[in-house]
Amino acid sequence: MNITRRNILKTTLAASSAVALPHLWLPSSGEAWGATLKKGEPIKVGLLFSLTGSLAVPEEDSTLVMQYAIDEINKAGGVAGVPVEPVIVDAKSDFAVYSEKAKELILRDKVIALFGCYTSASRKAILPTVMQRNHLLYYPTCYEGAECTQNTICTGPLANQHSKDLIPFMVGNFGKKVFFVGSNYVWPKESNKNAKIWLEQAGGELLGEEYIPLGSSEFGPVLNKIRDAKPDFIFSTVVGASDIAFHKQFKQEGFKVDDMPIASLTTGEIETRAMGAEFGAGHFLSAPYFQTLDNPTNHKFVEGFLSSKYGKNGTTHYNMEETYISAYVFKAGFEKAAAEVGFENVTPRAIRDHSGGLVIEDAVSPEGQVWIDKDNFNTWLKPKIGQCQADGTFKVVRAAAEQVAPDPYSIYPDLGVCTADGLKAPDGKIRKSVI
Amino acid sequence: MDLGSLLNALILGVSIASIWLIAALGLTIIYGTAGVINMAHGELIMLGAYSSYMLQFYLGVPYLLCLPVSFVIVALVGLALERGLIRYLYKRPLDTLLATYGVSLVLMQGVRLIFGSDPKYLAVPEIFQSNVMLGSVSLSVFRIVVLLVTALLVLALWLLFYKTRFGIQVRAVMQDKEMAASFGINSSRIYMMTFALGAGLAGVAGALFGVLAIVLPTMGASYVVQAFLMVVVGGGSLAGSVVASGVTGELQSVFAFFTNDTLARFIIFVLIVVFLRFRPQGLFAQAGARR
Repeated sequence: MNITRRNILKTTLAASSAVALPHLWLPSSGEAWGATLKKGEPIKVGLLFSLTGSLAVPEEDSTLVMQYAIDEINKAGGVAGVPVEPVIVDAKSDFAVYSEKAKELILRDKVIALFGCYTSASRKAILPTVMQRNHLLYYPTCYEGAECTQNTICTGPLANQHSKDLIPFMVGNFGKKVFFVGSNYVWPKESNKNAKIWLEQAGGELLGEEYIPLGSSEFGPVLNKIRDAKPDFIFSTVVGASDIAFHKQFKQEGFKVDDMPIASLTTGEIETRAMGAEFGAGHFLSAPYFQTLDNPTNHKFVEGFLSSKYGKNGTTHYNMEETYISAYVFKAGFEKAAAEVGFENVTPRAIRDHSGGLVIEDAVSPEGQVWIDKDNFNTWLKPKIGQCQADGTFKVVRAAAEQVAPDPYSIYPDLGVCTADGLKAPDGKIRKSVI
Repeated sequence: MDLGSLLNALILGVSIASIWLIAALGLTIIYGTAGVINMAHGELIMLGAYSSYMLQFYLGVPYLLCLPVSFVIVALVGLALERGLIRYLYKRPLDTLLATYGVSLVLMQGVRLIFGSDPKYLAVPEIFQSNVMLGSVSLSVFRIVVLLVTALLVLALWLLFYKTRFGIQVRAVMQDKEMAASFGINSSRIYMMTFALGAGLAGVAGALFGVLAIVLPTMGASYVVQAFLMVVVGGGSLAGSVVASGVTGELQSVFAFFTNDTLARFIIFVLIVVFLRFRPQGLFAQAGARR
């Protein structure tokens, strides 16, 4: 090689960028995801949930059920004939750790997809990383919508699949007057914006709206206000440990479930177990899944999970089921992509591109058939309303006849429609990666 | 706004005050006597809740009996902690802060290892799950129980500190450790006893909070901050903590009545910061050589 200025520049540049800035090196496809899949080596996926801290209660279950699903998939031959290997990290209920661990999983462990988060706050913390690396996040629980990224697939209900049936059901059965109580962060506030619209359509009347700091266990002042307002029912978006304190104090302060039931978006089997069934009995929950759903797939899921080494918590609930399904959405998406572009060429992008319209059949999905929307990559599912029984399980009192379309911008029609390429505004402009 | 609702808010304020106070009692004793900034106080509360859970779940002990037994169990933990660690650190207050913080993490993760991170459940007699109505005033029975237990403990502590020989010794050590020692008081033993006492009080608080809210390895974290605020505002004395909790509880309830819960807490914390700006020694500063 001749020593010319150009050659020296070229080699030093290449060397220095390779040595000093390895994380800026991009493969020719323009994607940072640099690993190539090899036959015979397992497919790595990242499980980014909190195993410690205040979010550990639901998220530890998510990690366990994902491991269960992956074991099940591997026993049945893996994904495209290759076993899946979970890389498990602990996000410690700290949003900075979520973002740091997401980077590690993508860049160091070179996982092909992330499964993670339970709160909108943590999802919003890692999405910039996921989008920048053109990677793929399976978000396996409910959220408020109003996002249109090209890097997520969500298997939980959106606001329009969550409270749209619940509010008219409660107004019809218990009365028009309602009091909103929520935890003080983004999801309850956005959910309540939706709920207010459904309430207006149902002819209901909002008597008051109160928010409690996350983790707080003092509901005395709020319950006093509710006592004065005398609503017909309470609509709750209180989450986590606070939710349990809320239900306990509701009964301790002398409120009767028959006079004023709580309609919740989050109080599932895990919460009623923790608070004691007598505090949960009689209240309502809207969710796509309950442990008591009577179908062969669910029986198999419940029995299989509880008898496995991951089933120590003794229950299944909607959040776990949505997480379980996400593993099968990944499997189906990966296999479809592998069939089209070849196993070695599967990238997170390719999986996402081939996931629109994927159907998870009755035989796999414990909540019944669901499918992934081809435009916004949320899930078509059947919302159900359950009433908590004396033993802490839920009896389905109402189920949608058909799968309901996910609509992330249902209350923001002016912003546009989420399509596979981005958020399409009414004037036809498309914006990518909207969070 | 009607008068009945306001009266309700005022009475609720007393109840909130008792919750703040019982969380702070143990810390007051430990900080006030030994000057130890005990960051593990929240986890001692958590241990109290788990002790009650264990007693109830494995031995079938009735709930009311769980309260004194939890006191003893957590007091023994506190005793071991003091003998094994804290007593080497009395001359290094900043190190006790770090060491007790470490202890809090160890306790939290230890409980998680043994019991798992899923929430536990404390059963209480049916009567505690109801409320009493007096005219337009409504109060839950369990809140009354918390109030009574708190009042009883405050009375017992007052008697202990001001009417017994042990109390005189404690107050002597508080004022001047060396001088007290030269009069033949075993100050090391006094420290040990007060630390165990403080830990036991946290245990009782935990047994009560497990019923009001939830039994979780992380439950202590939410109480330790408010407990510290009460101790600092009160100045480290028993009377200080009582007054600080009373005022704070009432203010929280009344502000929440007129505005909302989030704003009420905001106002309280602002008021505390302003108060400490002008009176950093707290409400009732102690006479003494140490601080």
